[in-house]
Parts: sequence; C-alpha cells; structure tokens
Amino acid sequence: MTLATTPRVFAEQRFFKPFYFLLLFTMGLTGFGQMPIFKRYYIADIPGLGWLADFYATHYIHYIGAVVLFGFFVYAVVVYFGLMRRQFRLTWAAYVRIALLALISITGIFRVLKNLPDVVFSPMFTMVIDISHLAFMMFFMAFGIIFMISKKGWLDKKLGF
Amino acid sequence: MPKELSRRSFLKGSLVAACATCASQVPLPASAKAKDGQELATLIDIRKCVGCEACVEACREVNDFKYPEPEKPFPKMYPNRVKVADWSDEEGREVRDRLTPYNWLTIQSATVEVDGEETELSFPRRCMHCQNPPCADLCPWGAARKLENGITVIHSDICLGGKKCQVVCPWDIPQRQTGVGLYLDILPSLAGNGVMYKCDRCYNRIAEGEMPACIEECPEDVQIIGPRDEIVAEAHRLAEEEGAYIYGETENGGTNTLYVSPVPFETLNKAISKGPGQPHFDKVEDQMAHADNLAKAMLIAPFAGLAAAVGRVYKVSKKLDDKTGEVL
Ligand code: HEM
Ligand code: SF4
Ligand code: SF4
Ligand code: SF4
Repeated sequence: MTLATTPRVFAEQRFFKPFYFLLLFTMGLTGFGQMPIFKRYYIADIPGLGWLADFYATHYIHYIGAVVLFGFFVYAVVVYFGLMRRQFRLTWAAYVRIALLALISITGIFRVLKNLPDVVFSPMFTMVIDISHLAFMMFFMAFGIIFMISKKGWLDKKLGF
Repeated sequence: MPKELSRRSFLKGSLVAACATCASQVPLPASAKAKDGQELATLIDIRKCVGCEACVEACREVNDFKYPEPEKPFPKMYPNRVKVADWSDEEGREVRDRLTPYNWLTIQSATVEVDGEETELSFPRRCMHCQNPPCADLCPWGAARKLENGITVIHSDICLGGKKCQVVCPWDIPQRQTGVGLYLDILPSLAGNGVMYKCDRCYNRIAEGEMPACIEECPEDVQIIGPRDEIVAEAHRLAEEEGAYIYGETENGGTNTLYVSPVPFETLNKAISKGPGQPHFDKVEDQMAHADNLAKAMLIAPFAGLAAAVGRVYKVSKKLDDKTGEVL
C-alpha cells in the first residue's frame, strides 16, 4: 500500500489542537493586557494574575507568542501540504480562520515595526493598524466561538479515506 | 493629527478609516521613514541653572492654549477604584513643584558637595524625549508617538487617559487630567479617564522655526538644542574638559535630553525629592530592548518552523510502508 490510499493518523492531529488553543489563548490574554483594563477591573488582583497588569511582562509574552506563532504557522503549512493534504481538505471554516489569523498577523507585524526605534508612522496609520488588529482579533474570537458550538473543525476527510 | 480636528470628527474619521481597512484600502504610512540622524536633542547644563523658574513660567505661558479645560461634573466612573485626577481648579493649576497637566516643567534642587563646598544645585525636569520611547511604543491607541525630529508627543485629541504611558515611562512623566478628551465620547464610565499631558518640546514652535520657550527664556542659557550627535559631542567635551557627568546619553537606550552635572548623578539622585511628578536620576536600562530583539526572532522563527516541518515530513515519508492506523 502507498501513502496515497492508506488512512493515517498523524501525531499533529493530536498535539496541534491543544498547542494552538493554548498559544492563541495566551496571545489574546496578553494582547488584552496591552490595554489598561486588567487592573481597573480587578483581574490582576486575583492571586497569580498580577503579571497581567505588568505591561512589560504581557508585552514580552505577546512578542514571544508571536515568535512561536510564526514558527508554528510555517510548520503547520508545510506539514499540511507535505503529509495531510492527500487525506484531508481544509473546511471553509478553516479558510475563515486562516484569513483572520493572517490579518491579525499582518497588523501585528506593523505594530512590531512601529515599536522599532527607527520607524515612525503617522498617528492615523498607527491607529488604523491598532484598531484593525483588535477588530480582527474580535472577529476571530467570535468566529472561533461560533465554529466551536457548531463543531466546524479545520479538516474534512477526503472521499476514499 | 491636525490640531484643529475635533474629537467627534476624529472619531468619525477613525471609524471610516477602520472600515476602509476592511475594504483593504489601508492608508499608507504617511511618514514611515527611517530616521536620518536628524533627531533634535537638548543639553541641560545643571552648573548654570540658578533656579529662577523663568523656564517654568515661559512654558506655562506659551503652552497655556494646550491645557485641558475639563467638563464638570466628571462622568461617574466604574469601578470606583478608578480615581479622578483633577488639577483644573485654581489651586491645582498653580502647582509648580511637580509635573502636572498644567505644569510640564518643574525645577528640582539638591544640596550637594561640589569641590568640597556645600552647594545648592537646581535644574529643570520634564519629559526626556527618549529615542525609543516606551510611552509611544506601548500606547495601545496611537495617541503617544514619536515625531521624526525626535520629539515625543501625546495627542490630546486621541488620548483616552488610561495612564499606561505614565506606568511604562521610566520617569513617570505624563500626568493625567480627568474630564477631557475622546473617552467622553466613547464609554466614559467604563474606559479611559481623561488625557495625559507632558512636555511636547514646543513641537509647534519648532515646526515654525522657533525655539522651545524654556530654552529661549532662560537668562542663564542653561539649555541648548541641536542635532543629537552635536549635543552628545558637546556633552562629551564638557565631561572631558571640565569633569562634568552626563545623564541621558545611554539612559533607556538613549534620550534626546542630556544633562551635565558637576557631581555624579547618583549623588544628585540621593539629594532630590522624588515622588509623583518629581522624576529621579536613576540608571535606566533600555526598556524596549526586548521588543527589538524579539522582532529579530520573529524573522528567524519561520525558518525554524520550516526546518522542523521539512525534517518531520521527510521522516514520515520514510515510514511509508508501515501499518495502517499507526500514529505517525
Ligand atoms: C492571533 C493572535 C493574536 C491575538 C489574539 C492578538 C491580540 C492582541 C490584542 C487584543 C491587542 C491589544 C489591542 C491593540 O493594541 O491593538 C494586541 C496588541 C498587539 N499585538 Fe497582538 N494579537 C495576536 C497576534 C499578534 C502577532 C502575531 C503580533 C506580532 C507580529 C502581535 C503584535 C501585537 C503588538 C505589537 C501589539 C501592541 C502592543 C504594543 O506594542 O502596545 N500580535 N494584540
Ligand atoms: S530659566 Fe534657566 S536658570 Fe532659570 S530655572 Fe530655568 S533653567 Fe534654571
Ligand atoms: S521620558 Fe517618559 S514620557 Fe518622555 S518620551 Fe520617555 S517614556 Fe515618554
Ligand atoms: S520644551 Fe516647551 S513644552 Fe517642553 S518644557 Fe520647554 S517650554 Fe515646556
């Protein structure tokens, strides 16, 4: 038998989900930590969550998360094309998620560029980038919840498997 | 942001702008330009200052039109831990011994020994205009930003008064006034709390070729302003020829305000009163170094992901003949 006709279970199918979930949860949490809300709304008073009000800590973790995320994106794309595409196809819900993740990442990259010492953006551009990073993230969260309730995963099995 | 833009028209503008983004018409960065070495810096020679406060008065006079005129009563804010910061009454406006929304420059003094003689030194304190300002980098909203000439400003039309800039500023410079600004038009009870104010290095005067008021009005010529390289060179000259000590060249990765002092800054730092609105002279590490380093890591990360994935695909492909159903 060849790979083309044998249904396989890849380790990625098991570890991607928790990894992805944890990573995006971290990004969302530390992203919201960029806004001065966790202290105002007592969340940082919960024992163990004090760091959420430390803007430098959340900023650092958000950046580390972005580093991991970019590595993970490339890994997932290559593994999908290299191994899984024969057996699976992406659902439309996956395409929606990918589009929003791409938009979040692109706006995030601009935000990172802005934070470099030598780069100066106009206030309007900074604000558009900022609001759209947040807006895409909100859409992503809303769709994530909808997809979770309606059980729309990322992959469909192709016919014949 | 043009000064004359009103809050409401701004709000409309930004919503339109945000929608335009959805339609993939991202406006191009108007001034996404690398600095060309033309950042302006000031040199403050502590040895010359006589503490007359002429600079303080000059600052207050020329910047008076930028000061907040809050609407009262202030909106009730939730939760009630959110405190009102109000300097707008007569007494508050007159405060000069610290930074406030109405006082962007304050004179500190220190009694120290200079050449074996007890001497009272005085010196103006205000925003340092960091080269990589955390207040602007971390402003979640784009209100605080650095201009190409090295000035850091907080746009009062845009600021929501969340005070993050003050929290992340190594010197706690920006000061809040409740009851003004954009937050009144959004969710005044739930988010924001006014506008943050600080020295904007008279950016409007500089744009018109004028001097910052505090520099112009000082009878002792305590401050000079110029391209940063020249200012640094002058500070070094004073350090070498006259044994002065320098502050600001490397603090927080480098600021556009350099102080020279006849005594080490640790000595000065011990002798000044520090507290809210009264900045210290501590050593300050580059607060944004992590962001610069991790930005590089973001460039490398995709290659790491690629290498890992290619290795993985290769390894699995070699196991092609293995049993069905095995986890690969
Ligand atoms: C999918 C994951 C992500 C989520 C859920 C997320 C969420 C957020 C949120 C809610 C904010 C605060 C709102 C704002 O300031 O706009 C934020 C800010 C920010 N995000 Fe993300 N983000 C994500 C990915 C990224 C990525 C990939 C990058 C970098 C390439 C990035 C860089 C930033 C930066 C630089 C800020 C502003 C922080 C600052 O400098 O003040 N984010 N993010
Ligand atoms: S005007 Fe000049 S001499 Fe007077 S307090 Fe200010 S810096 Fe010092
Ligand atoms: S001193 Fe504080 S307020 Fe001034 S530019 Fe630096 S971080 Fe911003
Ligand atoms: S530069 Fe202008 S705004 Fe800043 S302290 Fe001097 S007079 Fe005030």
